Amino acid sequence: MMLDWLLPALLAAALGLLFAGALRRIRLWRRGRPEPVAFLAGLAAMPRRYLVDLHHVVERDRYMSNTHVATAGGFVLSMLLIVPVHLFGLESRWLNLALLLATLLMFCGAVFVFLRRRHPPARLSRGPWMRLPKNLLVFSASFFVLTLLTSGLLPEGFGGWVLSILLAAGVALGLAEMLFGMGWGGPMKHAFAGALHLAFHRRPERFGGGRSTGLKPVDLEAPTLGVAKPEDFTWNQLLGFDACVQCGRCEAVCPAYAAGQPLNPKKLIQDMVVGLSGGSDARYAGSPYPGVEPGNASGAPHQPIVDGLLSAETLWSCTTCRACVEECPMMIEHVDAIVDMRRFLTLEKGETPNKGAEVLDNLIATDNPGGFAPDSRMNWAADLNLPLMAEVGRAEVLFWVSDGCFDMRSQRILRAFVKILKAAQVDFAVLGNEECDSGDLARRLGDDATFQSLARNNIAVLNRYRFERIVTTDPHAFHVLKNEYGDFYPEGKGGDYEVLHHSTFINGLVRDGRLQLKAHKGGTVTYHDPCYLGRYNGEYEAPRALLNALNIELSEMERSGYRSRCCGGGGGAPITDVPGERRIADMRVEDARAVQADLIAVACQQCTAMLEGVVEPRPQIKDLAELVADALVEEVHEPRKAAMSQEQP
Amino acid sequence: MPVETSLNIAVLVSVGQHPVSGRARRADQDARAVELGLTLAGRSLSLVHVGDAGEPALRQYLGMGLRTMTVLQEAPEADAASSLLQYFATHPADIVLAGVQAERGEASGLLPYLLAERLGWPLVPRIAQIRAIENGRAEVLQALPRGQRRALTVPLPFIATVDSAAPGARQTAFGPGQRGLFDIQRGLAQADVARAEWVEAQARPRPKRLNVVKAKSAAERFKAATAKPQGQGGQVMKQESSREKAQAIFDLLVAEGVIRQ
Repeated sequence: MMLDWLLPALLAAALGLLFAGALRRIRLWRRGRPEPVAFLAGLAAMPRRYLVDLHHVVERDRYMSNTHVATAGGFVLSMLLIVPVHLFGLESRWLNLALLLATLLMFCGAVFVFLRRRHPPARLSRGPWMRLPKNLLVFSASFFVLTLLTSGLLPEGFGGWVLSILLAAGVALGLAEMLFGMGWGGPMKHAFAGALHLAFHRRPERFGGGRSTGLKPVDLEAPTLGVAKPEDFTWNQLLGFDACVQCGRCEAVCPAYAAGQPLNPKKLIQDMVVGLSGGSDARYAGSPYPGVEPGNASGAPHQPIVDGLLSAETLWSCTTCRACVEECPMMIEHVDAIVDMRRFLTLEKGETPNKGAEVLDNLIATDNPGGFAPDSRMNWAADLNLPLMAEVGRAEVLFWVSDGCFDMRSQRILRAFVKILKAAQVDFAVLGNEECDSGDLARRLGDDATFQSLARNNIAVLNRYRFERIVTTDPHAFHVLKNEYGDFYPEGKGGDYEVLHHSTFINGLVRDGRLQLKAHKGGTVTYHDPCYLGRYNGEYEAPRALLNALNIELSEMERSGYRSRCCGGGGGAPITDVPGERRIADMRVEDARAVQADLIAVACQQCTAMLEGVVEPRPQIKDLAELVADALVEEVHEPRKAAMSQEQP
Repeated sequence: MPVETSLNIAVLVSVGQHPVSGRARRADQDARAVELGLTLAGRSLSLVHVGDAGEPALRQYLGMGLRTMTVLQEAPEADAASSLLQYFATHPADIVLAGVQAERGEASGLLPYLLAERLGWPLVPRIAQIRAIENGRAEVLQALPRGQRRALTVPLPFIATVDSAAPGARQTAFGPGQRGLFDIQRGLAQADVARAEWVEAQARPRPKRLNVVKAKSAAERFKAATAKPQGQGGQVMKQESSREKAQAIFDLLVAEGVIRQ
């Protein structure tokens, strides 16, 4: 029979090509900058990361998760059995039976892949991805029938030479897609690159339920700062790009994409793949960057990315809301890549667009983005008599005021929070003029030098005082203090305190019975999760518990919790202000209107500013601190009595 | 812009002072001068600073895209003009640009004048743009109050001070700024004799004359708020001969007591 010699030959050839392709691909990744990884531990942890962590994300789409388990599980099992059975000719009934079951499983999965691909949603890429389900079917069906034949379950000579030729063609086609394609950049590349990406992920802390969201510091002594060319990424970042399956879940949640700004996270990752392997994006078959004609981008590992693969506007459109990273089933780090490229533009080229340069200059010269006098940080609290750390030296709570102190709208939030602190008789103090901007804005704009200098200044100040926790009303400062300052503490000094967002802190006060609250009066309330509180720090519960304590029954927006839509205010986006067709804040308020909200509760002064910038009529915007302060049952304090008795005579 | 490529353009840069925080920075007008120089000469532009190369703010000029900067190492009390004079004797330049006045120190704005006088070059104050340089002559635009411009033609070499009306300086990039090199040369170390005799004291805030608003309409108020004071009196002489114009200037200087007869 022809298949007797052809089949092992085909298998051996396909495996050989896969091996050669894989080596070539590995060489491409290794053109990136070196980055140490736990090699063996990573490989050992890979199956668990795949089966638990990755599937936790995939499971948000139940249909696809089951489909993928069947298809991928069937394929891996089939391959493990095909090699002994068909390559080495091992004859065993049990192996044959197992192989039959595995191919059958894969076939069932492939049927569902096929059904999904009949009318694919816009976020999915077409092109080679459209042929994949057919090839999955061909592969599994061919090997199923083949195994039936070789195991003798079918009568000798069944089907004759017609079947033999059909099977040979099917096997060849299936192997070409599944093995050759895996090594040489076909859709199946994701299996090979994805497995290694999980093993050598740059943020291994993310697996096992952990969280790792802080940006990694730039070595300011390096010969080039940031990423100019694909080979400036670390090797495991390049590997991560290659793991992309073009499922477009990132595209579906990206606020900049929805606003018609020239960013599509999926296309960005694919452009990086083009960059690392060399070539052009002519074969890209997904949605383009809005307003940018695809097919004109080209690049190579040693060629500049900006103005070759993508335009700078694409990078500056990102709000760093991390929705793409949260949604990515391959756990690719889009935001890291974007900030790495921004770093090059800012630190090496000096091309931060729009107000970027001005804001960075202000941060350098006055420690705040607005260029206000650094000794006027306490003007907002002139009448509040706040205890200064410089005077008291120690307190239970350090209230991190943030740059909201210069903004009149944010001051209302700050004053509300002070009212709450006083009502709960919290032992607190502020840094006053010793506080600097947290550096969040500088870092997202790519200026890690200014961020690091601000961070070091702040750490030096913090290390002078004794306190148990820092509480701030600004989720950006909260994130930076909690997750990004750790890299800059001088050896073993400082950092031994809790950092809390005011929603968590106030909720604790309420739980401990230190605040008496009335029920909130008013219409329907919805809650907008700030990205830097929710996705960056996983705090979804405390704000909701707090609103619950105000007797508010939340009317949740369609996109809330980990899927919350950004307000458009993060990542320096209001500073760089890349034009789009819509405004992100408008879309967010539209989300709130869809649930008939009369009030949007927020927990971030940046969100407040963005959402209040939407034209009326729109729901009212109030910070949690303001809602709580309004609902405080005020006890009659001693000083007030004294004041009244003075007035009486 | 037609520019001869072989031109030597030098910019004098100083350490500035942020108006709000008082921190050292690149001086605004000097940075505009560097910007102007970069558009004319690109990276072959030379920067000259008299003072201390250890001042980190100087790197902000290098971060605009220059590889080196010449620093004439001097103590703060030394006379910058004589060091610069010596420098330009050995490093000829076609155009020297500078800010109108420094943001700290003496900040008299006299240095370009002293330099021009001693080099025997013309000085064009407060320019906003150099439009063209051809056949040894430069067409420059001088900035006047209220957005007015005056076109002048100046023979090379010359010194020009750059007004705040000139295009803003490009962003400074940290990386190139840190990697830029200082070509440190010894200054003349000549003490500024005149300055040594001065007594320095803190400036006292003076009482301000109350501004009585006489304007009746919004347009008048706007004009009052935005108008720069224009010179009173004077005359415009265009048709007269050079002798008559010179005589008019001379008479004015005598009348103002600048020249004593």
